[in-house]
Amino acid sequence: MLLVSLEEAKLICDKNQYGEASIAEILKLNIRLLYCKATRLYLKRNNELTRLIQKSNLHMMSPIDKTTLKHKLQQELELPK
Amino acid sequence: MSTNTIDPNTWVDKYSDYLFNYTIVRVDDKEIAQDLVQETFFAGLKSMKNFKGEASERTWLISILKRKIIDYYRKINSNKGKAEVRMNYINDGESEGDWLEERVSDPFDKNAESDIENTELGTAIFECIDKLPEKQANIFKMKTIQGFDTETICNEYGITSSNLWVIIHRARTAMAECLEKNWF
Repeated sequence: MLLVSLEEAKLICDKNQYGEASIAEILKLNIRLLYCKATRLYLKRNNELTRLIQKSNLHMMSPIDKTTLKHKLQQELELPK
Repeated sequence: MSTNTIDPNTWVDKYSDYLFNYTIVRVDDKEIAQDLVQETFFAGLKSMKNFKGEASERTWLISILKRKIIDYYRKINSNKGKAEVRMNYINDGESEGDWLEERVSDPFDKNAESDIENTELGTAIFECIDKLPEKQANIFKMKTIQGFDTETICNEYGITSSNLWVIIHRARTAMAECLEKNWF
C-alpha cells in the first residue's frame, strides 16, 4: 500500500530527519507530499527545526560526567554545615 | 511574592545541559566548562539561604554561572578580556574612525556576529527543551543532540522503536511551535 495517513507521513518525516526512514517509507512520504498541503507544511517546519538545531551546535554533558557531578553534589549536600 | 522553590537534588538532571551549553560556547573548553558548572552548583549550595524565590531556580543559577565565567576570564587575563582595549583605537588621532571602517569589511567580525546568534539560538533551544515533559526531553536530547542510535535509547528506556518515534514526533512538534514563538 503506497498511501499513508497524515500522522504516518509525519512519523516518516521525523524518521527521515535522522536518516532512519526506509526507501519504501520515503516513497510513501513523497507520494503523500504530492497531494497533501499539511504534509508539505510539516516537512517544511521539520526541516527548519533540524537546520536550527544543527546550526546552533549544541553541547551536552556526557551521562558519565553527569553521574560524577551528581555524586560530588550529593557529597557536598551531606557535609555537616 | 516568592513563588519559586529550590531543590539541589534535581539540579544536575534539570540544568546541567543548559548550563554546560551556555558555558562551553563562552570558554570553548569542555573540561573548563564542566568545572565552571560544578563550581556554580557548589556556590549555589552555599548561598541557598539567600535564594528569595523571586527568580526561577535556573535564572538564579545562570546569574551565579555568569559571575564564575567572568572570574575565569579575569584569572587567565585572556584575549577575550584584552579585546575591549581595541575600543581605544577609535580615539587614536589621525586614524580616528579607521577602526570602524575595518570592522565593516572584516570577515571575521561577521563570524563573531554569527557565533553570538548561534549561542543565543542554542540557549533558545534549551529553553524550549526544558518545557517538554522530562522523559520526552531526555529522549529528544539523546536522539537529536547526542546522536544515540534508536536501539540504545529503546533499551535504556524499555520502549519499542514505535514508541520512540511517537515520543520524538511529539517533542519535535512542541519544539517547532516553541521556537516559532521564541526565535523567529
